Amino acid sequence: MGAGTGQHLHVEGNSLLHRMSATAKLVGLLALVVVVVAIPKGAWFALAGSLCLGMLVLVSTGVSARHTLPRLAVDLPFVVFALVLPFVATGTRVPLGPVTVSESGLVAAGTLLAKASTGALVGVAFAVTTAPRDLVLALQQLRVPDPMVSIVSFMVRYLSVVSGELARMRIALASRGFRGRSLRSWPTIAASAGALFVRSFERGERVHLAMLSRGYAGRLPALEAPTTTPSMWALALAPAAIAGGLLVGALR
Amino acid sequence: MHVPDGFLNLPTSAATAVVAVSVVALSARRARAELDDRTAPLAGLVATFIFAAQMINFPVGAGTSGHLIGAALAAALVGPWAATLCLTVVLIVQALLFADGGVSALGTNVLLMGIVAVWTAWWVMQTVIRLTRGRPRGVLIAVALGSLISVPVAALAFSALFAVGGAAEVPVGLLMKTMAGWHVLIGAGEALATTAVVGAVLRTRPDLVRLARRPAEDVSAQESVVIA
Repeated sequence: MGAGTGQHLHVEGNSLLHRMSATAKLVGLLALVVVVVAIPKGAWFALAGSLCLGMLVLVSTGVSARHTLPRLAVDLPFVVFALVLPFVATGTRVPLGPVTVSESGLVAAGTLLAKASTGALVGVAFAVTTAPRDLVLALQQLRVPDPMVSIVSFMVRYLSVVSGELARMRIALASRGFRGRSLRSWPTIAASAGALFVRSFERGERVHLAMLSRGYAGRLPALEAPTTTPSMWALALAPAAIAGGLLVGALR
Repeated sequence: MHVPDGFLNLPTSAATAVVAVSVVALSARRARAELDDRTAPLAGLVATFIFAAQMINFPVGAGTSGHLIGAALAAALVGPWAATLCLTVVLIVQALLFADGGVSALGTNVLLMGIVAVWTAWWVMQTVIRLTRGRPRGVLIAVALGSLISVPVAALAFSALFAVGGAAEVPVGLLMKTMAGWHVLIGAGEALATTAVVGAVLRTRPDLVRLARRPAEDVSAQESVVIA
């Protein structure tokens, strides 16, 4: 839900995932989540296996749980959604403690939680081990169209500048005695947001002029991306392959 | 707000991804007209602004607060094509650098927030502006209605996708009613916040609010690009 995350999740480190090229990691991540999403409902062995796989991948990054756990909490609204499912889904009702719930809803909720949690675990593992500039290089290497890559690169480059500007506005408001507590503070907060837009837009114009004065002619120079060795590819795709095995086992 | 992995089945996720990729590709081309020829740095910084705007907390009272989704805000400020482009980049960065939203659900999230919410807001805003015939208050009324309606419409689009390829058999009527009900409330908050932000920009730099520009000015802006 985006709130309260001014900093990138990336943490420097020297784990296997840190050293792996972002290109291989991104392909591996995508392959793994696609395979996990394909696991049929109620295939508990495969779902539990993929959940363990997700945890293993996250633990292998060596980043402390204090950093990763708060990030996993952003999925909370969907946990609530999943917990409601057994009560509203159709199908045969089964008793569960003092209430009766829908059997298919219960199965769906369990499946959904397992898949969403696996996705979140490996997503956090990717985010903590990938520097923003490496993501830009990976997108470029994966032949994402140029305009998209350059917009992403401008965004990651100016994220801390714009968040810093926002933080300074907050300090300026607080030092003038502003305390946002109720709906009455909305006009003030909105005025800062408006000012932030004007400043961001004008910064964009200045950046464009600076680019022109340095000879920009419609294309940013291609950056040298690190090469991905075959063994790196094998390692990056290993979790997806294991999940694929679990999927085949579940389908049989 | 972000759909995680596993909520929709693979065929539905893939279909939404295909739609998202084609609309975003079209937006990339059309955004050049909206942002003149400065697309990359401007869209990049507007995307960064939308991301930052989502971090601003609007207190609701009793210690809770909400934040903007930003689809209607982006559409009002930079126009629908550029808004789709900016929200797509925000969602990509959120999914990959912040683990917010599932990677396999990226297409779904782009479709719901970057396309359905943006275009609903834009169409409503355009209609209201035409009905109020350029009265000064018209822009703000348009922004309020556009953001109010865009949120529950995006929620209904999610419900429809969930009915087609969701992980559970939920009565569609009930799901739609619940989702729409909650999101009308969220939309009311979105409307208040978005209108206030656009109002603030209108007071300082009215020329930057795309929605407030008259069609004639657009034509001259495009001509000047051709000349440049």
